[in-house]
Amino acid sequence: MDPLADLDMTRRGLLMGTAATVALTVGSLPMPARAATGEPAPQPVASPVTATVSFTVNGTAHDLALDTRTTLLDALREHLHLTGPKKGCDHGQCGACTVIVDGRRINSCLSLAVMHQGDRITTIEGLGTPDKLHPMQAAFVKHDGYQCGYCTPGQICSAVAVLKEIEDGIPSHATADLTARPRLTADELRERMSGNICRCGAYSNIVDAITEVAGREA
Amino acid sequence: MRPFSYERARTPADAAAAAARTPGAKFIAGGTNLLDLMKLEIETPPHLIDVNGLSLDTVAPTPDGGLRIGALVRNTDLAADDRVRRDYGLLSRALLAGASGQLRNKATTAGNLLQRTRCPYFYDTAQPCNKRQPGSGCAAIGGFSRQLAVIGGSEACIATHPSDMAVAMRALDATVETVRPDGATRGIPIAEFHRLPGDTPHIETALEPGELITAVTLPKPLGGRHIYRKVRDRASYAFALVAVGAILQPDGSGRVALGGVAHKPWRVEAAEAELPRGAKAAAAALLAGAKPTPENAFKLPLVERTLAAVLAQAKG
Amino acid sequence: MKFDTPATTNPIDQLKVVGVSTSRIDGPLKTTGTAPYAYERHDVVPNQAYGYVVGAGIGKGRIASLSVAAAKAAPGVLAVVTADNAGKLGKGRLNIAKLLGGPEIDHYHQAVALVVAESFEQARAAAQLIRVEYERGEGRFDLAQAKAAMGDAADAKKEDSNVGDFAAAFAAAPVKLDETYRTPDQSHAMMEPHATVAAWEGDRLTVWTSNQMVDWTTGDLARTLGMPKEKVRLISPFVGGGFGGKLFLRADTLLAALGARAAGRPVKVALQRPLMMNNTTHRPATIQRIRIGATADGRITAIAHESWSGNLPDGKPENAVDQTRLLYAGANRLTGNRLAVLDLPEGNAMRAPGEAPGLMALEIAMDEMAERLGLDPVEFRIRNDTQVDPEKPERPFSKRQLVECLRVGAERFGWDKRNPRPGATRDGDWLVGIGMAAAFRNNLLTKSAARVRLDTRGVVTVETDMTDIGTGSYTIIAQTAAEMMGVGLDRVVVRLGDSSFPVSAGSGGQWGANNATAGVYAACVKLREAVAQRLGVNSADAQFADGQVRSGNRSVPLAQAAGGGELSAEDAIEYGDLGKRYQQSTFGGHFVEVAVDAATGETRVRRMLAVCAAGRILNPLSARSQVIGAMTMGVGAALMEELAVDTRSGFFVNHDLAGYEVPVHADIPHQEVIFLDETDPISSPMKAKGVGELGLCGVGAAVANAVYNATGVRVRDYPVTLDKLLDRLPPLA
Repeated sequence: MDPLADLDMTRRGLLMGTAATVALTVGSLPMPARAATGEPAPQPVASPVTATVSFTVNGTAHDLALDTRTTLLDALREHLHLTGPKKGCDHGQCGACTVIVDGRRINSCLSLAVMHQGDRITTIEGLGTPDKLHPMQAAFVKHDGYQCGYCTPGQICSAVAVLKEIEDGIPSHATADLTARPRLTADELRERMSGNICRCGAYSNIVDAITEVAGREA
Repeated sequence: MRPFSYERARTPADAAAAAARTPGAKFIAGGTNLLDLMKLEIETPPHLIDVNGLSLDTVAPTPDGGLRIGALVRNTDLAADDRVRRDYGLLSRALLAGASGQLRNKATTAGNLLQRTRCPYFYDTAQPCNKRQPGSGCAAIGGFSRQLAVIGGSEACIATHPSDMAVAMRALDATVETVRPDGATRGIPIAEFHRLPGDTPHIETALEPGELITAVTLPKPLGGRHIYRKVRDRASYAFALVAVGAILQPDGSGRVALGGVAHKPWRVEAAEAELPRGAKAAAAALLAGAKPTPENAFKLPLVERTLAAVLAQAKG
Repeated sequence: MKFDTPATTNPIDQLKVVGVSTSRIDGPLKTTGTAPYAYERHDVVPNQAYGYVVGAGIGKGRIASLSVAAAKAAPGVLAVVTADNAGKLGKGRLNIAKLLGGPEIDHYHQAVALVVAESFEQARAAAQLIRVEYERGEGRFDLAQAKAAMGDAADAKKEDSNVGDFAAAFAAAPVKLDETYRTPDQSHAMMEPHATVAAWEGDRLTVWTSNQMVDWTTGDLARTLGMPKEKVRLISPFVGGGFGGKLFLRADTLLAALGARAAGRPVKVALQRPLMMNNTTHRPATIQRIRIGATADGRITAIAHESWSGNLPDGKPENAVDQTRLLYAGANRLTGNRLAVLDLPEGNAMRAPGEAPGLMALEIAMDEMAERLGLDPVEFRIRNDTQVDPEKPERPFSKRQLVECLRVGAERFGWDKRNPRPGATRDGDWLVGIGMAAAFRNNLLTKSAARVRLDTRGVVTVETDMTDIGTGSYTIIAQTAAEMMGVGLDRVVVRLGDSSFPVSAGSGGQWGANNATAGVYAACVKLREAVAQRLGVNSADAQFADGQVRSGNRSVPLAQAAGGGELSAEDAIEYGDLGKRYQQSTFGGHFVEVAVDAATGETRVRRMLAVCAAGRILNPLSARSQVIGAMTMGVGAALMEELAVDTRSGFFVNHDLAGYEVPVHADIPHQEVIFLDETDPISSPMKAKGVGELGLCGVGAAVANAVYNATGVRVRDYPVTLDKLLDRLPPLA
């Protein structure tokens, strides 16, 4: 089989020069010698493609014309100028970009804006404001469930969604009995919140904050 | 990320036909792996076909007592499905051991099967990688290989398949249903779906260009104890060092599949005959011919010990 | 204000506001996502373009050719900055490697280009079109190899500290230990990537950035660009984590400035996450040899601690042995930090530099030594306490409550229930163990200035270039001003992180809280004098309370002092020689319970307690957070964090947040912190010290010691991952 006839990414991988295409003259790695690379010159980037999308953010309708490459996160941050959803890694590895879409929390960095036609998006700004905090926001303040504040909007969006997930009976890795309804325990909260990294290490306080809100709601 | 055009497909046949029209087009559903790779230009599709509008998001019983899982069923929903929790606990457990709540809310059944390796050299485009750039070499061999494959690898590639779900699917003998651009459908047994790297590690599955996964079907329930044990350094939100998925019957027979050890979910049916004789015998049979690196040789005893714990749990 | 004699009673001692657990005043902003971080400053300047950084693809060598034509021709591209067109650049005083590489490449992912475009998407795509060809040089990337090459000649170097006759005392000691420990390279991995918006106005440059040390970085930015410092303004009011990784000028700031100049409009740059771990600084790996000799009853007679670490040429070693000069008694001592040249990315400060890796080793050694002596590990440490600098016995500690920390901790944690026999406690499938370690971190004194203004409404505004990197600076500064001026927190405004404000201590080395609030104290003392003068009262007997100024039987609203116009006072705390006459340090005890899966060797932490003695605790709520956060980082250091070095090509392989694992929620149990009631009048008028780094010091060893207690497996090579335990765990049925 001709490998070039298979997956498209393969063919492009061969043809495309990138910043990362390294040619070495010395070294032990199994890499092509510089003289032998014969790498073709990089192709110019094709023109950006613009597409339109309409969705609501925190109750406000938006009609946007965006480069198709725009992530939901960058649409919120760079086009709607929201400061709540954070870019910590841009690769789904930290959770700082967590927003709630149609009732479910997602990593907005790994979702294209144009794929959210008609969606209802809630960011941290949609939960509460400095003058009128959402109970979860107030609990984070009370329990000092944050330090530098950068992961905080994602933590809070996740926390709000987690309580709903438990209420909806969605199991987790920490659920002992799959056939029973999940219970609201510290271990459940810790497992479910694990997609939100806090390098400042406020975890213990965050769990206290969520537990308090859950208790109040129960 | 290179510019791409974008369309929303309405039916599976539409989608497959659209893929045929544009060379290099890719389907996108959850996007949690594809966009990750597109940002690094490891994937560079000129055209994306959004398949989220296809009605492939339900779980339904099959006539022979199994389940048919739509390709677009989200990992969260599949793990939470009452029938899956009751009859295919292994699948639910495997799903819940993977990724994070946010990612499971987006990731789909088909996309999970199609995840590409998390080998750090694959992700670093300054490094040679036969999977990313065929013929460039493999920096992982002789490099940082703690997470990588101990069996089934080749001179070209020692990457692992990162999915937990696929390990359960393999143990459950799932079938991957697809539609091709010409409208033809087929069922691919999960055992034949993922490939070993050989000298073409860039070819990872049996899918042909433009072929779209529509569903994954599970045979009727097997009963028994369903256990998925994922071993990792941190307690959550991490890929497996090794994972053991098992369905064990009261008479000591059963099925075992491994994650984190090979380029695909690793199952050796013949080895399962050794299960009644214990973990040592079964692990030896499962991992016969393993070629670990000095950095990941620990995975061999780790598989054996984890399997022993799983067998003990099944008895307990 | 010169601080050269120990503090006596002052207005802070009222403790009406200071010392009271206080929710952060910036909390409502942070929890609603309305606190703006650098990359989000859409409000400050219009027309911002986007920069994307290209990092070098080799560890050492030079650029043979760099082609930017395709990138420049790409849609939306405004400029491409490389060393070729950036103009003459200097180097920051605090930078080791250049921030823009080429033609020489000093380390992997050293920036070689910045692409500036109309949109982020365009900049990112165009960056991929830059073609770089390299000539790879021979690099030195392997610490163990470099150490071996240094040979035994490294022993007894002149930079070592020698007291008594270590060799003879060690040889004569009836009980001894000689072991080697390893700590890996670690990454700060703060959640907010390094990010900057840069804008030029003529020859003046403003950067909105994320930086711990405003004055250092303003100076180094000016120095690198070859322009007067006065023409650079740096603004950093919110910092999404630093841990030492944002102490210095980094590539985001320099490249944003260069990009903005090239593009002729404001530019913003955030380092891409996969670039960060090799592009920026890290905590260097160490190899540490520790020798301890003791009498049979557990008195240390000889102690030696030597550490080897690597860094780029002109870099500094990781000072992993420094705490060993001060922590335990013993007449014969040898300590030395040795440096090997490595061509890995720049090693530099990460939270508790020196002590964090040093105690990871020393406090395992103490555990091992206690076992050899048949002594309880807590008792062994208590037996070797010292109240004076062991190298200079005439120099006392200003305050040292290590023994109290250990006693209180042992009691509160239930240490007496620990089975001293390793591998003997079982809970189902888990092997359970308890471990402890001492915590130690110095208290550093640095000049710190502030300006305090009183307006006609009676609102007190504090301005200082101090930063709040999650430490709670906003709040403790507000508490300080409120206490000093006798107003409620709601009457205080705190403005931080702007180079146009008086120069503070900045955030680093756990020196921020004590020094920055002491600087605010000094400014408030001056403002009180100005108020008293304006009101015609004697400042010596004026009482500032409840928004009033009282003198004798006269009481005047504070605001009235500003009736004739705003009052403003600026001052700094400056230290005399109290830091020389006394050794100033902070102390603690860490206690940890772990469970190790008997089958897989996975370690999970079950309980954690820290007891800290660190002077006055200004805000127990945020101080506790600092400590639990540090404990969490300590769990990471103990169990998972390691930048994996590819010693062939010279780079950290696992350079993102999936590959470099830091603790997640599920790794961390409920954490307990106890602060001993303490004031240290020798430290500052605040009588405070710091806790943010103390909380990390020793945690790793406490976890490792607990793993040993659980399993009987002694791991001296961090992180303590399951592969290092597996072959010595109990056989399975």
